[in-house]
Amino acid sequence: MTAPLHDTSPDADKAAPADVAADVAKKSVEGRSLRQIAWTRLKRDKLALAGGIVVVFLVLVALFAPLIVSLLGHPPDEFHQDKIDPLFGVAKGLDDSMFAGVSSDFLLGVEPGNGRDVFSRIVYGARISLLVAFLAAVVAVVLGTVLGIVAGYFGGWIDSVISRVMDMLLAFPQLLFIISLVSVLPGDLLGMTGSSVRIFILVMVIGFFGWPYIGRIVRGQTLSLREKEYVEAARSLGAGRAYILFKELLPNLVAPITVYTTLMIPTNILTEAALSFLNAGVKPPTASWGQMLSKAINTYESDPLFMIAPGLAIFITVLAFNLFGDGVRDALDPKGTR
Amino acid sequence: MTRGAPAATGPRTVLAYVIRRLFAVVMMLLVVTLTTFVIFFVLPKWAGQDPALLFVGKQTDAASIQGIREKLGLADPVLVQFWHFVQALFVGREYSSGTDVTQCAAPCFGYSFRTEQEVWPQLTDALPVTLSLAAGACLLWVVGGVAAGVVSALRRGTIWDRAAMSIALAGVSLPIYFTGLLSLAIFSFKLGWIEGEFASFSDDPAQWFQSLLLPWITLAFLYAAMYARLTRASMLEILGEDYIRTARAKGLTERVVISKHAMRSTWTPVLTLLGLDLGALLGGAILTESTYNLPGLGRLAVDAIAQKDLPVILGVTLIAAIFICVANLLVDMLYAVIDPRVRLG
Repeated sequence: MTAPLHDTSPDADKAAPADVAADVAKKSVEGRSLRQIAWTRLKRDKLALAGGIVVVFLVLVALFAPLIVSLLGHPPDEFHQDKIDPLFGVAKGLDDSMFAGVSSDFLLGVEPGNGRDVFSRIVYGARISLLVAFLAAVVAVVLGTVLGIVAGYFGGWIDSVISRVMDMLLAFPQLLFIISLVSVLPGDLLGMTGSSVRIFILVMVIGFFGWPYIGRIVRGQTLSLREKEYVEAARSLGAGRAYILFKELLPNLVAPITVYTTLMIPTNILTEAALSFLNAGVKPPTASWGQMLSKAINTYESDPLFMIAPGLAIFITVLAFNLFGDGVRDALDPKGTR
Repeated sequence: MTRGAPAATGPRTVLAYVIRRLFAVVMMLLVVTLTTFVIFFVLPKWAGQDPALLFVGKQTDAASIQGIREKLGLADPVLVQFWHFVQALFVGREYSSGTDVTQCAAPCFGYSFRTEQEVWPQLTDALPVTLSLAAGACLLWVVGGVAAGVVSALRRGTIWDRAAMSIALAGVSLPIYFTGLLSLAIFSFKLGWIEGEFASFSDDPAQWFQSLLLPWITLAFLYAAMYARLTRASMLEILGEDYIRTARAKGLTERVVISKHAMRSTWTPVLTLLGLDLGALLGGAILTESTYNLPGLGRLAVDAIAQKDLPVILGVTLIAAIFICVANLLVDMLYAVIDPRVRLG
C-alpha cells in the first residue's frame, strides 16, 4: 500500500515554506488505512457514486413504500375494473396510444385484467426484490465465510469434504433445483403463513446456492493468510483456534468478502425476478417485478407499458448495484492505481 | 489437475486422469438424482403431505391412487425406488400391478405421471431444440464477446473501450425475460419481421432459422457482455506479463504478440466459463425457452415441475447434470492443449 506522502496539489506551492514543512512532517506520520484509501478512491469514481446514490434511493423507496403509495398511488391490491376495457381486458384506449392508461392518478397505468395501480406495485415490488436479495446475500456470506475459513485453515479431510460439497453445488443445475424445491414446499412452514413463507424459502434457497462462490474465495485467501507471520505469532502466544480464525484471519478477509457481497446482490435480484417470472417466487397479491413480467407475456402486444415498467425497474436496480459493486471492487483492489 | 513441476504427461497418466474424473462424474450424477428424489419424496413427508397424492393429483379416488402407488412402486422406501430408477436406466423396467403390465426399454426414465407416456422420447424430442438454441447463441456470443473484449483491452481508455464496456454492463444487467419480450414486441408484433412457431431443422430449415433468430441474439447479447468483460480483464492482465515483454523484445510484430502469445492465455478463462455456461445451457435454457415459447428441455422441466411430474423432472435434471459434468471434464482436458503451463495428473 503506497499512499502519497507529499501533497502535490498546486496550492501547496503557494503556501509559506514553514507551513509546508510542518504540513509535510504531519502528513508523513499520518498513514492511511485501507478503508480511507478505498473511500478516497470511491469518491473519485463518478459512475460508482451514481450507482451508490441510486441504490440508496431504491432502499428508501422500499422502506417508505406505504408512504409513497399513499401519496402518489392507490393500494397495490386494489382493483379498478372501471379502468379496464371489458372487451380486451387491458386499459381503455390502448389502441390509440400505449400510454392511454397513464394519468396523474395512475402514474404508470393499470394492470391488465384487474386495473391494479402499476406504480404502486412497482414500488412494493422493490421491497420484495431488495429484501430477498439482501437477506440471501447475508445467508450466502455467513455460510461461505465460516465454511471457507474453516476449510482453508484446517485443511485435511475437513477441507476435502467442504471443497467437494462446493464443487458439487456449483455443478448442480441450480435454477431447476430451486424451482423444484419451491414447488414442493408447502404454503405454511414453521408457523409462518402467506408471502413471508415464500420470502423465507427464496432467501434460504438463493443463499444456499450462492455460498460456494464466496466460500471458494475465502478458502483460497485463508490458505495463503494462515502461513503469515502474524498468525504464527498469535499461535505461539497461545491464541485459541476460534481467536485466530475470527480475530486474526477474518479482519483480513473483509475486503474480498465486501466486494463479492456487493456483486452478489444484483445476481440475487435477477434470480429472485427469474423465479417470480417462472411462478416460483412470491405469490400474488404480493407484488414482484418478475411476476409482473410473467403476466406481461400474455399482454405485451396490447399493453407494452405493463412489460416495460417492471423490466426497467429490474434493469435500473441491477445496473445501479453493478456500477456500485464494480466501484467498490476497484477501490478495494490493492493493485488498483486509480 | 495440478500445476507446477513439468512432469511427463504420457498417455497412461492421461488415461488414469480421465478414469478418475469419469468416476467423479458418475458420483456427481448419483448425488444429483438422489437429491431430486429427496426433494420430491422426503421433503413433502416432512411437511405432512403424501408424495403419491402430490403426483396423481387431488381429484383421483382412493382406489386409483392405490393402483398408481402399486404400479409405480411409490410405496417402497425412497432408497429402493432410487435403486429401481438407476437400474431401469441401464436394463429397462417392467411396471405391473397384477394384470396391467407395461414394458419400458433401457434407457428407461420411467413414465410421465400426467401424460402416461415414456419420458425418454420426450427428452429426445426436446433436446434438439435446446441444442439449436445453445449452439447458435454460443457461436454469436463467443465471437462477439471475445472480439469486443480484445478491442477494449488494446484500446484501453478510448471511446471504443468505454462504449463496449458500457454496452457490456447494460448487457449483464438486463434479464433475458425482459429483452426477450421487448424483442418480440418490436420485431415480431410491431414490425412483423418474424412470424410463426418453432419448427425443427429437418422439417423446415427456414422457419427453424426464423424462429430461433431472436432467441439467439438476445441470449448471445447477455452472454457476450460477460465474455467481453472477462476477456478484457484477462487480456489486460496478460499484457503485463513478462513473456509478452520478451516476445516484444524479440522484435515480433504487435500482431503476432497479440494473436499468438497473448490470445493463447486469454482463451483459458474464456474456455472455463464457456464450459460452465454451455453445460448449464444445454440442461435447459429455462428462461429463454419460457420467454420465447420454445419446446426445449427447459420448458419441459418448467411444465413438469408445475405439474409435479417427477419422472420428467428427474429425466431433465439428470440430462442437465450430465451436460454440466461432461462440459467441465472437456474444459479441463482442453486446458492442457491450450495452456502449455497446465499438466493433467
